[in-house]
Amino acid sequence: MSLSSTENAILPEPHPAARFLRMLWADKFALVSALFLIMVLILAIIGPHWLDDVAVKQNLRGRNLAPFDWSRDWFYWLGADALGRPLLARIIVAAQNTLMVAAGAVLLSSIAGTFLGLVAGFSSPRLGQVIMRLADVIMSFPSLLIAVIVLYLLGSSVLNLILVLAITRIPVYLRTARAEVLEIRERMFVQAARVMGASSRRILFRHILPVVLPTLVTLATLDFAYVMLAESALSFLGIGIQPPEITWGLMISQGRQYLTNAWWLSFWPGLAIILTTLSLNLLSNWLRIALDPVQRWRLEMKGGRHG
Amino acid sequence: MLRFIRQRSLSSLISLIGLLVLVFFLSRLTGDPAALFLPVEASAELKQQFRELHGLNDPIMVQFGRYVGNVLTGDLGESLRKARPALDVVLEAFTWTLWLAVITMTLVAVAAIVVGALAAFRSGGFFDRFASTVSLVGASVPDFWVAIVAIVVFSVHLAWLPTSGTGSLAHWILPVAVLFVRPFGIIVQVVRGSMIGALSSAYVKTARAKGVKAGPIIFVHALRNAMLPVITVMGDQAASLLNGAVIVETIFGFPGVGKLMIDSILQRDFNVVLAAILVTALAIFLMNLLIDLAYALLDPRIRH
Repeated sequence: MSLSSTENAILPEPHPAARFLRMLWADKFALVSALFLIMVLILAIIGPHWLDDVAVKQNLRGRNLAPFDWSRDWFYWLGADALGRPLLARIIVAAQNTLMVAAGAVLLSSIAGTFLGLVAGFSSPRLGQVIMRLADVIMSFPSLLIAVIVLYLLGSSVLNLILVLAITRIPVYLRTARAEVLEIRERMFVQAARVMGASSRRILFRHILPVVLPTLVTLATLDFAYVMLAESALSFLGIGIQPPEITWGLMISQGRQYLTNAWWLSFWPGLAIILTTLSLNLLSNWLRIALDPVQRWRLEMKGGRHG
Repeated sequence: MLRFIRQRSLSSLISLIGLLVLVFFLSRLTGDPAALFLPVEASAELKQQFRELHGLNDPIMVQFGRYVGNVLTGDLGESLRKARPALDVVLEAFTWTLWLAVITMTLVAVAAIVVGALAAFRSGGFFDRFASTVSLVGASVPDFWVAIVAIVVFSVHLAWLPTSGTGSLAHWILPVAVLFVRPFGIIVQVVRGSMIGALSSAYVKTARAKGVKAGPIIFVHALRNAMLPVITVMGDQAASLLNGAVIVETIFGFPGVGKLMIDSILQRDFNVVLAAILVTALAIFLMNLLIDLAYALLDPRIRH
């Protein structure tokens, strides 16, 4: 990663937001992913207020109602579950818990991990070693198993789930941040800042952090998908979110016993998970290029109009 | 080299001790073991007796010392469910998981390296786009969902493969196939990215100019140098294969350590849970050590 600006000095600098939109336009996969994620996000926010009554209303005559029955209300279009509750409405309502757990865990782990990583890379080697060994301990054990055990001990709730997933993901950010800091702190601009008398804290947060941030944002996007899958798996195993709360993973597990005669119960929530994680992966691929000043031209060239 | 091994072993030893402390205090986090193991209506004297018998009245540091002593002598307590040493139960299950992991990881490594390398060689071509799409989808699907869809398709509707259990070779196909998906998707992407970098380097151009054929260029010149990041990711994936194993083993009724752990948790067989944590952690430590050594062997820069 080089810091030298590739901008042409003569052309006026476009507004950053406009620039990002143009780069997003250049990558159609990322564009579709971003639109899909925005849609999921909006549904997750308004879903429970809007559809909660519909999603919990049982209708025993409509048990395991098959999908694609267009004559019914739209929320029955994907069929109904074993208690006759409309699947589409339930998927929309479940989006909130699913996204909230993942977002909470990613936010917590990225902030904590980044902070520890910065400190480990910048402070004395001894403190750095201690932090790295701690990370090793966490990394040396499969995150799902830690989560299973801790949730069993502490009882499962949304908050505990977020905490456990966050702790298991801290090393990812920690290692990346530290590795980057180790490299960046030898650069000229850091030396210059130090010579001019900037405090360690100022150097770390005002000079080094902005350089590390793009990598970490990309990583967090990718990790969001990972955490979502982990939460789904835990809920599927019956150790994550408990009914009557719903998440996509829990919906899959609830549909499991009807697999042979009503595949749609598990299929649709699974599809929701896949589409969301796929979008996150695609967006993360785009972010990696868009946030990297050295590679950014690939997207800007494709965008046409502006060099 | 020897110094590197010694240093690396020492630092993993520190991590291991950290883990031991963590496991011990985790086991005390459950609250009073007397309340955990005895029925709810047990009398106060009975609880007292139980505490006395298991040394739970001693200071916590004494208890910890005893625990470490027991672990070092290989004594991890009895399984309440099976009335056998917990370590034996865990090791038995661990063998199954180890086989599952080794078979899957070998297949993943071979397939991902070949597919990723070929995709990188004609980057932007049809095969590359196909491989990229497949790997992206593979990295995004929840494994438990793949597992149950596979059961519906291959076991229920087509009746080709058994749904669960062990016994014949056919029992291995679905678990291995399901475990294969995610690591394959992730590693193909890494191999591809790393190979594109290696293929555009000067030594590959030299080899091409000298008329070396495509096969040797990909698999000899470029691949060896592209392997470093691949090995790191493979190590991580091998460790998180155990994540997948928990799910896959539960769904397919496979008697591995993941299923054992879930069962033991649900049936409160705590000694087995602790033993399983310790054994898996130890295995992962050893693997990480081997990966670091492989790394050092491949890249002389790291040794210094």
